[in-house]
Amino acid sequence: MSLAAATDRSPPPAAVPPFAGLRTWFTMLAICLEERLVYRGDFIIGTLMRFLPIVTQVFLWTAVFNATSRADIAGYSRNDIVAYYLLTMVTRAFSSMPGLSSGIARSVRDGSVKKYLVQPVDYVAYLLAARIAHKLVYYIVATLPFAGVFYLCRSYFPPVPDVVTIVAYVLSLVLSFLLGFFMEATLGMLGFWFLEVSSIIFAYMLVQYLLSGHMFPIDMLADIPTGIAGVSAADVVRWLPFEYTAYFPAAVWLGKVQGVTLARDLAIETAWVVVMAVACRIAWWRGTRRYSAFGG
Amino acid sequence: MLQSSPRREAKVFPYTFRMHNSNRGGPADPGGAAVISVDSLAKEYRVYDKPEGLLASVTGLFHRTSRVVEALRGVSLSVGKGEFVALLGPNGAGKTTFLKLLSGIITPSRGTAHVLGHVPWERADDFRRRFALVMGQRNQLWWDLPAAESFRLHKEIYRIESARFERTRDELVDLLDVRRLMLQPVRELSLGERMKLELVAALLHEPEVLFLDEPTIGLDVVAQHTIHDFLKAVQAERRVTVVLTTHYMKDVAALCERVVVITHGSILHDGPLEEIVDRFTTHKIVTLDLDATPAPGQIERFGFPCEIRGPRATLRIDRTRIADVLPEILRSESVRDVSVEDVPLEEIVATLFRAAPNPSVAEAPV
Repeated sequence: MSLAAATDRSPPPAAVPPFAGLRTWFTMLAICLEERLVYRGDFIIGTLMRFLPIVTQVFLWTAVFNATSRADIAGYSRNDIVAYYLLTMVTRAFSSMPGLSSGIARSVRDGSVKKYLVQPVDYVAYLLAARIAHKLVYYIVATLPFAGVFYLCRSYFPPVPDVVTIVAYVLSLVLSFLLGFFMEATLGMLGFWFLEVSSIIFAYMLVQYLLSGHMFPIDMLADIPTGIAGVSAADVVRWLPFEYTAYFPAAVWLGKVQGVTLARDLAIETAWVVVMAVACRIAWWRGTRRYSAFGG
Repeated sequence: MLQSSPRREAKVFPYTFRMHNSNRGGPADPGGAAVISVDSLAKEYRVYDKPEGLLASVTGLFHRTSRVVEALRGVSLSVGKGEFVALLGPNGAGKTTFLKLLSGIITPSRGTAHVLGHVPWERADDFRRRFALVMGQRNQLWWDLPAAESFRLHKEIYRIESARFERTRDELVDLLDVRRLMLQPVRELSLGERMKLELVAALLHEPEVLFLDEPTIGLDVVAQHTIHDFLKAVQAERRVTVVLTTHYMKDVAALCERVVVITHGSILHDGPLEEIVDRFTTHKIVTLDLDATPAPGQIERFGFPCEIRGPRATLRIDRTRIADVLPEILRSESVRDVSVEDVPLEEIVATLFRAAPNPSVAEAPV
């Protein structure tokens, strides 16, 4: 076949095959997966290191329970606390997005984001594919150590909950992934406005760490007044997005949230996913407009 | 017309010398509608001055001084289908700004542009599927994966039909002789190899318009040559409209029939390369091989001596006088050999850049 035939080639067909966007997306996913697997060694080490903080938390709370005569704190027994921390670790495995916002901000700063302005491809869709690939590789690597730890700690856990709870738990986990993704992606797009976003990311991480339930179960805020009669700090936090990225799924599994409250909180979580997805779009749209105006 | 030969000897560019006879005068069709039309396009940036010193840095937190830099001041231009245009200009002249505008990365401050009938900065997918931008200093390929994977992604992004994709890819990689490099992680490749694969990636979707921003920067002569031949072949075959920025005159001489010189954000010259030589050179370079080392003052009367080394002398002679001076030299001196050349292109362009008036000098801070 010679190049010469090129001249009489017809232009590419205008008709878009059905699900072409989806196919593009899956190819992106596949290629992102391949890329992640290049760094599997680094990944394995990173995964194993994640188990270290949990050990210190378990020791800390053991000491707390030894020092007090109470059998439970805010409705959590010593066993509950250990189970809670292990479960938040699972949630974080879904909702944490290492390097996402800083990566976006970097692509703006060094100009590699241009590629997504020139090519007919959606940056947010690409980021989502890349992140899912990132997570999938992580799960492949992490499943075994996770299973081991959960097996060793099985005595801390209450009996396996009913099917409804399990379904709600899985749903809350998937939503926590999406919520974490869109929050951090939006944060990263602040890079269009600020040259350096690392301090903003740091501030976000602090708030996130406190209010997500990473440090303590959010139930412990139920006794803290806000100044408004009948409204505790926990009630306020419930309406914020943060607790859905650590606390909420763990609380669902442990049966702390049930019935109408469970339905309501899942609705709040879904609403936050939608809000952040829209915010992310707007940030991308306005950000690229600004970027274009200021000279790329 | 270029025939379709059933077999092609690899690494040979059968089109290169046919280019000279069949394509002289350019493959552009001036009768057709312009592929690129630009009208009074201007782009201003606001830049903030960062004064030196700690105290100034602190006051800078509360009050920043800024000024407007005009990267492009009302550029108008029209490019027909199949033209190969070089943008020349010193650093900071606005070449890259111009390419960024045409590829829709940035929006202009004033003026309009249409590429393939689209306003580039609206970034319609239909437009983005029909052009490509290659930046010599930026990677499009995935660093840790073989280029073949990036190609596969492009196939999906640009919705290229499978058979067509494979055919185009095979043609392009064979033309550049990079088939075996396609399966190696990009990070293991040399700069030249990477650039070749970048070009393949950019051409897979058979763009009608190709923007090249310094595609040969940092490459060795052989790689530059290969890329020249490749671009020539591709452009001649597919009638791609190409706009290229470069600092290498070799690129221009090898590829472009039309040269647009941009300095300080304005077009200084737009026309064939030969025209620049005609318009901006006043001298010819005459090299004489004499029988013996000339005595001081012996040959200076013919023109300005650039270099006299032994019996070889190089003179700059006014173009208008050359027809008179040359016979006189041959008559009065014993000359073994003589050559008359144009001033090197680099030198002409350098003079051109230096001579351009800078309108921003008079500008006061805002």
